[in-house]
Amino acid sequence: MNLLADPRTRATRRALVSLVAFALLWELGARSKAWFGVAVPWVGHVPPPSAVLAAWVRLLGDPGYWQSWVASLLRVLAGFTAAMAVGIPLGLLLAMNRVCRMIFFPVLELLRPIPPLAWVPAAILFWPTQELSIAFVTFVGAFFTIVLNVVGGAGAIDVRYFQAARAMGATGWNVFRRVVLPATVPAIVVGAAVGMGITWEVVVAAEMISGGGSSGATGGGMGFFIWNSYIGGAYEQIVVGMISIGIAGYACSEALRRLGARVTPWLVRA
Amino acid sequence: MNGAMQLLGVAKSYGEGAARRPVLEGLDLDIPAGRLTVIIGPSGCGKSTLVRLLAGFERPTRGSVTLDGRPVGGADRRRLVVFQESALFPWMNVADNVAYGPRARGVRPQGWRPQAAALLERVGLRAFAGRYPSQLSGGMQRRAELARALVNEPEVMILDEPFRGLDAMTRELMHAYYADLFEETRRTQCFVTTDIDEAVFLADRLVVMSHAPMRVREVIEVDLPRPRRAADVLASDRANDIKMRALTLLHEEAMRAFAGGSRAAGDFLAAYARRRAPAVPTPETRA
Repeated sequence: MNLLADPRTRATRRALVSLVAFALLWELGARSKAWFGVAVPWVGHVPPPSAVLAAWVRLLGDPGYWQSWVASLLRVLAGFTAAMAVGIPLGLLLAMNRVCRMIFFPVLELLRPIPPLAWVPAAILFWPTQELSIAFVTFVGAFFTIVLNVVGGAGAIDVRYFQAARAMGATGWNVFRRVVLPATVPAIVVGAAVGMGITWEVVVAAEMISGGGSSGATGGGMGFFIWNSYIGGAYEQIVVGMISIGIAGYACSEALRRLGARVTPWLVRA
Repeated sequence: MNGAMQLLGVAKSYGEGAARRPVLEGLDLDIPAGRLTVIIGPSGCGKSTLVRLLAGFERPTRGSVTLDGRPVGGADRRRLVVFQESALFPWMNVADNVAYGPRARGVRPQGWRPQAAALLERVGLRAFAGRYPSQLSGGMQRRAELARALVNEPEVMILDEPFRGLDAMTRELMHAYYADLFEETRRTQCFVTTDIDEAVFLADRLVVMSHAPMRVREVIEVDLPRPRRAADVLASDRANDIKMRALTLLHEEAMRAFAGGSRAAGDFLAAYARRRAPAVPTPETRA
């Protein structure tokens, strides 16, 4: 027996078993009224996975489905990129400069507890297009997490690194570029991963509330796709939309994880 | 020879007003050029504060810290610290860590490449130049840190319990490495430790510190021949005498620290009894 079995294969096998068991139980629950005459609460109202799969296969040929996917992804990327672009420098500034911290932090702490979705009506009012409003709400979702992670990461840098760098003759810019920045990268990666998760949560809800984009039903994104399916009574499509979002969020997080591992090669990983 | 440090009447306290906490008071200390001075004292006596003052990370509240007669300003590369636990930059590989100082000062590559390579070779890390610190053993990390400091050619090396946390075997190897490096370069060394065996093996001068306030209790000249070998030092009567002398002093200081603690407790109890005396006579006040 090989004691050093590839954990990846074993993990993959177990993941498959778990997914199949989940689908089976779901199928049983959803069809129990028809098959056994007993309705299982909650699950009994959900379309069975076989029907969802059939609907999905149909949708794969529908350009509207793919457009919804692309629309949401673009909004997520826009909001997320903006949040990184503003959040990282601001976080570094707050961590490095006490005066800036005293000036900006109260405002930040006041705005932070506001749920991103509470921004939706205001965002629709003060941004000229629907598209910008949704991207802005997505930005808000990721922004605070990123800023706080950067502030935390840059603020927790071991003082000995600064002492060593300065003693060896490094000056301000070099200390920033070669000590502060790399020391903060792990915190940035964590902030980005958490922020990315929030942007997917936020974008879908924002799309539902705002009723999609200006380009009509197909440009509405995944959130609008789900909402539209609900209005139109296509319940299988609701589930397809939900799972699609799950896959999209997972893919984005995985991409970030890989990118994060590449930019922090010095970290020991299990 | 350059690299003599002197502390005169140095006091250092932290905090203001009621929260003021004096750590050093009236400390006079000489660290002669080109010699290996080991500072040993009971834990918590202020050795790390001393290190920060010598390095220039902090200024004394009173008194003067000088290097070759000139007052020490901020941190600079003439006095470099090797820290208690590794302070290598985790995000740079060994080669980049070692090259950090010269590069940061804008020295041209031909000005530091040969020395950096020679130092890496010298501390046995040439094959590990591309590794990150997290991929090195504890002993390798300390060697990399010694190299990172030495490439800057400091006049004074300040080592704050640099080999703490290493296993006994690695520690002994590090002592040999470090002693060799010192014997080659004869740079001024100020080595802070709490380990008496380490102290006797390494020191030219052993400075035993007193507890609260930290002052020089006694300076012992460790006149053992160099190069030293661990076995010779273990077998040497002179080394044993020095060790016993230092241990006696350290024991006294530890007892004083302990007694100091219980005296404070005793004063507190006495004051407490006096406060209650007028109302209810306690057994103590009656007796």
